[in-house]
Amino acid sequence: MGFELAMVLGFFVVSGLALWALLFVGRFLRLRAPRPEKLTTYECGELPVGPAWFNFNNRFYLVALVFVALDVGVAAAIPLVVILREAAAGSGGWLVFLLLFGFLLLLAVALAYVWKKGDLRWLRDLPAPECAPVDTGRPEPKP
Amino acid sequence: MRALAEYLAASWQLSPLGRELLSAGLILLTAIVVFAVALLIAALLTWLERRVAGRVQSRVGPNRVGPLGLLQWLADGLKMILKEDVVPAAADRPLFLLAPYPVMIGVFAAFATVPFSQLLIAADLDVGVLYLIAVTSLVVVGILMAGWGSNNKWSLLGGIRSAAQIVAYEVPAALALLSVVVMAGTLSLQSIVAAQGGWPWEWYLLRTPFGFVAFFIYFTAAVAEGNRTPFDLPEAESELVAGYNTEYSGIRFGGFFLGEFANIYLMSAIASALFFGGWQIPGVTPAEQVGSVWWQALGFLVFVAKAGVGCLVVILLRWTFPRLRVDQLTALCYRYLAPGAFLCLVGNALWIVLVPAGSLFERMVGYGMTAVAAALGLWFVLRMRRHMVSTGDRLDLDLFARGHTRAAFDPAWQARAYGRFRRRRPGEAS
Repeated sequence: MGFELAMVLGFFVVSGLALWALLFVGRFLRLRAPRPEKLTTYECGELPVGPAWFNFNNRFYLVALVFVALDVGVAAAIPLVVILREAAAGSGGWLVFLLLFGFLLLLAVALAYVWKKGDLRWLRDLPAPECAPVDTGRPEPKP
Repeated sequence: MRALAEYLAASWQLSPLGRELLSAGLILLTAIVVFAVALLIAALLTWLERRVAGRVQSRVGPNRVGPLGLLQWLADGLKMILKEDVVPAAADRPLFLLAPYPVMIGVFAAFATVPFSQLLIAADLDVGVLYLIAVTSLVVVGILMAGWGSNNKWSLLGGIRSAAQIVAYEVPAALALLSVVVMAGTLSLQSIVAAQGGWPWEWYLLRTPFGFVAFFIYFTAAVAEGNRTPFDLPEAESELVAGYNTEYSGIRFGGFFLGEFANIYLMSAIASALFFGGWQIPGVTPAEQVGSVWWQALGFLVFVAKAGVGCLVVILLRWTFPRLRVDQLTALCYRYLAPGAFLCLVGNALWIVLVPAGSLFERMVGYGMTAVAAALGLWFVLRMRRHMVSTGDRLDLDLFARGHTRAAFDPAWQARAYGRFRRRRPGEAS
């Protein structure tokens, strides 16, 4: 296996170095004329308003959480998946299948729970706010 | 490749140190050659993409640089190297500069386990499929770095969207791949290909109904992971400029670009190896194939052809479908693909336990599935033909046509080209 792992390392090194080499060679060929206007952040030709490092929609965190819950579980199921064929040739087929099925069922229950809670829906209906609507001083928009 | 290293070491009677040096040299050489081939494939795919786009939209596409524009990628590469490498003043400089590296490495390192033919594989890892799933996830890191490091609102939105999308579709893709792994009982890609056969009913695609569904789940999820239309929300031109690579220019942008196109070939190659029998030739057993150079060459061509058809489908999808909405995107992944992939995995596992390998029932299901797939293909062709007849369109498969479509300018040619399939309008003389 050592040879194969070394090969993988070789691929990592070569693909990284190749991009670096292209950038390095380009350094002697390409134009370099930075100007303050050129280095401004692109905002469709307008002057940029503030930095872009702001809070983004927290639904993205939710997607990531569901991923962590499911994908790590899927990775953990791989040993059972791999030995099933061998086990089925002997006598342990049902045992391995039931273990795998139980494990996948747990993951499916997790998915069903998130689904039931409504967190898979991108546009989620939140309960109506309990406080009175804020008076903005403007007339209400007609629906 | 290990077999080659051992063979050379034995025939040259090398000392242990000589063996290590030989291995190192061979590894470096292999990595460079495969990297160059992958780069060339990615470059040619950029040409194919624009050429197909031209045909689909009844325009020309690149046709100036070299015959049929085939050298367009060379001109593009030269242009990218010569272009200024602009780093915005407000950007997080280290993050911004390093972002293309994980993308390139994530895609090209995965090529190490692509079985181009029975012997042409850089590293036949015994954890092949897991390695593929893991390494291609590196792309997310690069995209997030680019999105956050640019300090640009378009980039941030594109990067976050892209990460969420890739991460979400990872689940159905991994489960669909596992439903093949459960059939083969191994994670090594060469063993998975060897466990199939040359004929369609021996492919994992058509051996069980679950494999058939799993392929479509994998393909959809892989297109989504590659940020391709109809899942191109992260780089939607019409709303996010270019998404996470808005601020990038020159060859640093080229890193993302090449990574994306190499990824198309990678996903087609994985699908070809896992679902379509890879390099297996109908009627030739792997044992017969291993001894003959010609069978090896044919196996390589078979694999490349299968992967090439996959690439063409991915490219055609881009110019056919409109973009999904973000809520449709998550709904498709978690409500349809993920439960479907769960069912496929469980179904195939149950199949392994219940149906003895090589039994008559298994073979009959294979034949039946092949017949069903052929019928579906025929139905698709007939339906397409009916659509074309009713709209007066014509079949344009000539990717290598020179210049413009003549029908647009020449009425006589137009009549000839359109006449065969056209339905007469009411009252029109025949």
